[in-house]
Amino acid sequence: MAKVIVVTSGKGGVGKTTSTAAIGAALAQTGNKVVVVDFDVGLRNLDLVMGAERRVVFDFVNVIQGEATLSQALIKDKRLENLYILAASQTRDKDALTKEGVEKVIEELREKFDWIICDSPAGIERGAKMAMHFADEAIIITNPEVSSVRDSDRIIGILDSTTAKSQRGEKMEKHLLITRYAANRAARGDMLNTDDILDILSIPLVGIIPESEDVLKASNLGAPITLSSPNSNAARAYSEAVKRLQGEKIEVTVPKDKKGFFDWLMGRSGS
Amino acid sequence: MSFFSNFFSKRNTAPVAKDRLQILLAHERSSAQGNSDLLQKLQKEIMAVIQKHISIDQEKIHIKVDRGNDFSTLEIDIEVPQQDNIQS
Repeated sequence: MAKVIVVTSGKGGVGKTTSTAAIGAALAQTGNKVVVVDFDVGLRNLDLVMGAERRVVFDFVNVIQGEATLSQALIKDKRLENLYILAASQTRDKDALTKEGVEKVIEELREKFDWIICDSPAGIERGAKMAMHFADEAIIITNPEVSSVRDSDRIIGILDSTTAKSQRGEKMEKHLLITRYAANRAARGDMLNTDDILDILSIPLVGIIPESEDVLKASNLGAPITLSSPNSNAARAYSEAVKRLQGEKIEVTVPKDKKGFFDWLMGRSGS
Repeated sequence: MSFFSNFFSKRNTAPVAKDRLQILLAHERSSAQGNSDLLQKLQKEIMAVIQKHISIDQEKIHIKVDRGNDFSTLEIDIEVPQQDNIQS
């Protein structure tokens, strides 16, 4: 049965789009039919991170407004057979996504795909609420940083009170994904560690993505990190998170501080 | 570490990022000047002309743009029904 997952956070810049791309690709790599949907009307970026920016003809808003059919707007990934992208529009009209329109598109996507991963815009405005409204489950992206954790707490509250699922009296399943985790800084006590974050937010942890330069390199190239460097620590962490999403019971390992030989020789801590 | 990793890296990704952004932004800036819905307009008008003579299925139309450095191509691929369905 198709599953709709919203990737959300309160604060901007924590890695929602990067994570959507990485998770979508990892799910598709395991044989699922996946579509990643950009809900950030006005400021789209998922197409860029997925490397599809030069192939967008029609977008989400065109489909809602009847200017194109869904199959015309779905962009097939060049690397993976069963991965598709639905781009956001750059229209300035923030009200272009109507609840009825979004519902119709999501229902149509449910018939075609196994997983629908919705990349939410930051904040708690209309666009973000629209992205989460029809979701079955949510992935909340948090950095080990006070402002990010606080805003995630707010988002969890909104997920529990305003979504279609909550209005039906059901509980939305929530997963916490911690990104940009720097083990050395956490070990030094200069960064909130996983237990601190879990204590505060108290939702189940789906993965910890280590801070890694491979993530930036992947978005430079327009390839999800799980495709461009599948053996990197960050990609492995995403792949494990995806297995947990699919119900596998794998223990979450907290990234350890690995000092390089040169760092050790120079007597400084790696960054 | 960064000296060594730079020294041994096969290819830097920043120039690729710059190229991709330049192409994308050139398109977005030009489309911000009033013809942002050019593609929809073109599609509608072309469809209207064709539909005068042939009935076509919306699902059987494939539209593709390829944005390049120097030029872009717009490809409209319409699957036309069998001859006996064509109204004259």
